[in-house]
Amino acid sequence: MSEKVEQLHSTAIVNRVTTTLTKQDRLGGWKVRWGINRMGYVVEPGIYAVNNPNSSSVVLVSANYKLSFDVLRSQLGGLDAWILVLDTKGINVWCAAGKGTFGTEELVNRIEVSGLASVVNHRKLLLPQLGAVGVSAHEVCKRSGFSVIYGPVRTKDIKAFIKAGMKATEEMRRVQFSLYDRLVLTPVEFVNSLKYLLVVMVVFFLLSGLNLKGFSRELMFQNGLGSTVILFAAYSAGTIAGPLLLPWIPGRSFAFKGTFLGLFVTAILWNLAWTGNWANTLAWFLLVLPICSYLVMNFTGSSTYTSLSGVKKEMRVAVPLQIISAFVGIVFWGILRFI
Amino acid sequence: MKLRYLKNVVTLGLNVNKCIGCGMCVIVCPHEVFQLNNKKAEIIDRDACMECGACSRNCPVDAIGVKTGVGCAAAVIQGFIRRTEPVCDCGCDKKSKGC
Repeated sequence: MSEKVEQLHSTAIVNRVTTTLTKQDRLGGWKVRWGINRMGYVVEPGIYAVNNPNSSSVVLVSANYKLSFDVLRSQLGGLDAWILVLDTKGINVWCAAGKGTFGTEELVNRIEVSGLASVVNHRKLLLPQLGAVGVSAHEVCKRSGFSVIYGPVRTKDIKAFIKAGMKATEEMRRVQFSLYDRLVLTPVEFVNSLKYLLVVMVVFFLLSGLNLKGFSRELMFQNGLGSTVILFAAYSAGTIAGPLLLPWIPGRSFAFKGTFLGLFVTAILWNLAWTGNWANTLAWFLLVLPICSYLVMNFTGSSTYTSLSGVKKEMRVAVPLQIISAFVGIVFWGILRFI
Repeated sequence: MKLRYLKNVVTLGLNVNKCIGCGMCVIVCPHEVFQLNNKKAEIIDRDACMECGACSRNCPVDAIGVKTGVGCAAAVIQGFIRRTEPVCDCGCDKKSKGC
């Protein structure tokens, strides 16, 4: 990906990177979207050269999550620039800024240890707007002498931003949460808690074989398969359908949206396979609703518009209800094995 | 479609008397919560605030206050169990993933 480049009249070590992504870069990016090696996908912090920058070229600041870094450099074709990569522990700019690793302290420190002042003759840094969550522009200026300019939210707008004389349009400053934005998040949502789902599915499958006479293998297959299908459907709905359909599901609270989705899931399942067993259906109803509600509620962490105060507020109501519903559902379902 | 979260929950506060009208909050806010009016910042869409804290961190005169934190349900539960502020397990260390 990069080669070491000696800078004349400078003690700084600079790596040169291309603005085109290789097959390997794309594969790596695809893998982390599925949660594979997501926490180890890093680039070395420091200064990188894009195309042929000189001492007056623009300095872009980025995180050391390789996915972020790759997205950034792939948008810089035809632009001579420096990239200063901060050590954000392999986390993207916005999340790292929230945790403080993409922050004033690290930026000031990285300017120092990278020797940036000897690479460029100006004292300006172009940061992604969302970095402002962790960086205090006036403090950075006071402590390092570099003034911070907040660029657009998305890397695809960087060239237009620079061309316009470091001016952002309204649209460049707004965070979106488009269908595509949500789509790329769903694999990780789905994979994240998959192990718990599998455990629960196995447990329900095995317990389905219980009856008054003890354990029946025949019964296990007869009822157990249905149980696993319902659990899988509820999980998929909460982790995939919920995020994708977010704007169209009624309600503002995520837990409420999830509950609504749970209703929808049970309605579909009844239509597909009505067993005529009201008691059993009720037990599943009490289980599917809290599963969907919890999973969609958890998506607040990945969303781009929910506040902590709001999440806490909805959780105060939703979590007790989810626990009660799930508990009653499990007990009820258990009792039904023996009557 | 514009996504809107709960009404009247955010902790965002602006002290107009301190404000010097630099416009930094308008620049860094990702949800157009602020507007500059007669050289003073003004909150025009409080409910759009996601409490990221970019405005308050970049206000040179400390005119903005907001309680920030990890707005993720799993983190809130973790924090509740450990009796601390919401703790995001994802990425603070190399052990776990998520969010």
